[in-house]
Amino acid sequence: MTEGQHLQIILRLGDDALVLGQRLSAWCGHGPVLEEDIALSNTALDLIGQARNFYTLAAAREDQGRDEDQLAFFRTDKEFQNHLLLEQPNGHFGDTIVRQFFFSAFALERCAFLSRQLVDAEVAGIAAKAVKELQYHWEHAAQWIVRLGDGTTESHEKVQASIDHLWSYTGEFFNADEVDAAGAEAGLLPNLAVMRKAWNARVEACLAQATLTCPEDGWMQRGGKQGIHSEHLSYMLAEMQVLPRTYPDATW
Amino acid sequence: MSPVEMNLEARFDAYVAEEKKIEPKDWMPDAYRKTLIRQISQHAHSEIVGMLPEGNWISRAPSLKRKAILLAKVQDEAGHGLYLYSAAETLGVTREQMLDDLHTGKAKYSSIFNYPTLTWADMGAVGWLVDGAAIMNQVPLCKCSYGPYARAMVRVCKEESFHQRQGFQVMLNLAQGTPEQKAMAQDALNRWWWPSLMMFGPNDSDSPHSAQSMKWNIKRFSNDELRQRFVDMTVPQAELLGLTIPDSDLRWNEERGHYDFGEIQWEEFYNVIKGNGPCNKERLAARVKAHEDGAWVREAANAYAQKQQAKKTNATTHAA
Repeated sequence: MTEGQHLQIILRLGDDALVLGQRLSAWCGHGPVLEEDIALSNTALDLIGQARNFYTLAAAREDQGRDEDQLAFFRTDKEFQNHLLLEQPNGHFGDTIVRQFFFSAFALERCAFLSRQLVDAEVAGIAAKAVKELQYHWEHAAQWIVRLGDGTTESHEKVQASIDHLWSYTGEFFNADEVDAAGAEAGLLPNLAVMRKAWNARVEACLAQATLTCPEDGWMQRGGKQGIHSEHLSYMLAEMQVLPRTYPDATW
Repeated sequence: MSPVEMNLEARFDAYVAEEKKIEPKDWMPDAYRKTLIRQISQHAHSEIVGMLPEGNWISRAPSLKRKAILLAKVQDEAGHGLYLYSAAETLGVTREQMLDDLHTGKAKYSSIFNYPTLTWADMGAVGWLVDGAAIMNQVPLCKCSYGPYARAMVRVCKEESFHQRQGFQVMLNLAQGTPEQKAMAQDALNRWWWPSLMMFGPNDSDSPHSAQSMKWNIKRFSNDELRQRFVDMTVPQAELLGLTIPDSDLRWNEERGHYDFGEIQWEEFYNVIKGNGPCNKERLAARVKAHEDGAWVREAANAYAQKQQAKKTNATTHAA
């Protein structure tokens, strides 16, 4: 693992957290019940907090005078390396929950590994805090999958359609590129083939309980980790970055 | 009113006059119950409608720290809504009924949230002025005669005063920032000052519910008293920020020991209440949309809970 790859791994962790946190925060004030406004905002807050920690670490390691905000607000979509799933629009509540369910199952396993690895103590420290949050995110999403799947006919059909649609974005989690491979080789990142088994077990067990069907693996979307995104990310960043880019000399 | 009721009412009045708390199971006059349901549900609605103008800037907050603070703040408002709906439910009304009244326009919410948040500086001005005015109104409610409301307000006020300080901090950063930022802060003060003064309601001479609420220890200070207190507190803060309050009649009155200030445009106030404010339609439409879009989710949760309950009952029956 080169220093550049090591840095890229930390940035990717931050990007995943920020992009999903930004998406989720749009639910604040618009949830199906007040309790969900609170729960989704809480999840968004956790993720934004994780992003800040990873970005601050990345900025310190690269030592180019940047900080968390420069990394968040002054990089283009091509420089973001989040998984494609996370930038997908919120859609309806079922779409949001399925996105959260797929990601949380992955992020929880990944983070548990990061908290135990001995290669980078600072990453382990951030992960140790994040893993508790991700456990809650997973439980929250999994409980909703069961309620929606085993609720009414309408909710069952809706959430199954969300699953079928978003499934093609889950392959990217386990599709290791050079950076992933180097990270795993060095012991910083988990082996993605092993992760896949754990993820499948989690997801399949919950879907079965929810009376939902796990789709067959077909063609999987890819490109986020290489900076080749769906059409959605550029819009999301345009909105998110508008103030710092309009007033680059200002501090807030 | 029967002699028994008259006796109960006299005892109730004496109890309240002694500053004792009324609890949900205590006897209370119907009008007291109705007044509280109206006031607490309006307050709850204001919290959740109030999430919208600030929520408008979460996606565009200019730093990650500001984003997290704003999101946490708006989330707090949702929490306040929850405490308050729960407090109102102790009076025998359901959240569903209250939301229905909001969505059909039968129940009101604070008119201040019908103004738009046009720039980031509005996140400062709303925290500083709107939350500041809300605190003036709300702190006395911590001692109101109805126990569940008073206790909810203790928590609400703690968080609101934190919000107010952080709104002021946003203003301070802008006021000490670039010329564009300072102009943004002044513009926000210009737009939010008068609507904030209107938050205290009509002048005392025109306030319909005040006298009875004072007698019941629901209201402790008059609208004009609280408004004056707010002006007196806020003028020095604006001076500290180096911003100008948009009122040419504003000056210190040595004799009264208070600031004099200009006449409020009550025509605007009543028009915003009537639904003619810049954002009345959008705000209500956003609430209705969230509720309608979420109907299938709530139905699913209920259906699932019923299935679980049925399974449990079945299991118990079989075991027996």
